Amino acid sequence: MNFNATLIGQSIAFAVFVWFCMKYVWPPLIGALEERNARITEGLAAAERGQKELEQAQAKVSENLGEAKQQAQEIINQAQKRANEIVDGAKDIAREEADKIKNAATADIDQQVNSAREQLRKEVSVIALSGAEKILQREVDAKTHAAVLDELVAQI
Amino acid sequence: MADSYANSSEYIKHHLTNLVYGQKSDGAWGIAHSPEEIKEMGFWSLNLDSMMFSIGLGLFFLWIFRRAAKKASTDAPTGLQNFIEMLIEFIDTSVRGSFSGKNPLIAPLALTIFVWIFLLNLMDLIAVDHIPWLASLMGVPYLKIVPSTDPNITFGLAISVFFLIVYYSIKMKGPGGFFAELAFHPFPKFMMPINLILEGVTLIAKPVSLALRLFGNMYAGEVIFILIAIMYSGGWALGFFGGALQLVWALFHILIITLQAFIFMTLTIVYLDMASQTDH
Repeated sequence: MNFNATLIGQSIAFAVFVWFCMKYVWPPLIGALEERNARITEGLAAAERGQKELEQAQAKVSENLGEAKQQAQEIINQAQKRANEIVDGAKDIAREEADKIKNAATADIDQQVNSAREQLRKEVSVIALSGAEKILQREVDAKTHAAVLDELVAQI
Repeated sequence: MADSYANSSEYIKHHLTNLVYGQKSDGAWGIAHSPEEIKEMGFWSLNLDSMMFSIGLGLFFLWIFRRAAKKASTDAPTGLQNFIEMLIEFIDTSVRGSFSGKNPLIAPLALTIFVWIFLLNLMDLIAVDHIPWLASLMGVPYLKIVPSTDPNITFGLAISVFFLIVYYSIKMKGPGGFFAELAFHPFPKFMMPINLILEGVTLIAKPVSLALRLFGNMYAGEVIFILIAIMYSGGWALGFFGGALQLVWALFHILIITLQAFIFMTLTIVYLDMASQTDH
């Protein structure tokens, strides 16, 4: 090992290289690296935020959807109820109407029966009278026997 | 290629000699052509090969990284840019893990040390004969292409780190604080001389161990590569065996050179962290 001025030369070269490295090499490189680091961190955070927002939005969507479904169900139920009511009402009205018609018809029939009976009664009394006249061979005074006739008529 | 040497010993010696520029005994400046001439040149001479490869690789490192720095953006990086940013991140993590304070010098220093030393070591993987042989064709007598096998280079780095340790110790603790750290530990104050010796050795051991660890590892690796290369002149069978050995050793060496660069860097960070801590 013989030492010579190479020692000094190497020291000087070393100092110059370190100085250059410190001035022109290290700062831009480490700066770029740190900046990129920051950007990546930020990007990851943004992605996570986006993910969270998406989840929230999805939760809200499903909530809204459930609500909407419930409302629709309610509306349908109400509509069905209303329809049932309308049908029932119509049935009642129809029944009333039918009753009315039936009553009218019954009344009509009764009236006709009564009038027919009255007629029949009158005819029967006439026939009875004429029959009696033939039997007795004489005229029966209707007025005199009115009481008897009426009794007869009432019996028919 | 060992054929052109008188014997294996000369081959090894030749491969472990630097290309030295200095003043020869006759007063003229020039390149040394023999180990004797190198000895005569003394301290004020320069290992041209070490200096050239070291500075060249350093400039290569700065060029690559400067290009990456210019292109750096927050967009997704590709290719080389990606690799460099990965390295930067790795260094940054290491520095954050080991250095507790805030100092804008430490991270660039660590980056320079790691990449530069890695590149210096990487020269070890180029087959030992190729570049020296090309150089010898151009009339260059010696060429050692792995700068980190030159103790001047490793000590040059370690001494710079040592100065930084002393500088930050004094800056953060004050001259008195630094002296107190050396003088009043680990024994009570009245045993100050012993403390000074102990702590002084600890302090000096830091750069020495840094430099010697790197130098020792790389030098040993280089010697083994040279020894393997000698086998190529021993016939087909031995040459083939040598080729297999070289491959294995080179693969293993990839681990070593990275590890050595990393150790140098980590220890530098730790030493500077210790120097910067105000409470001992």
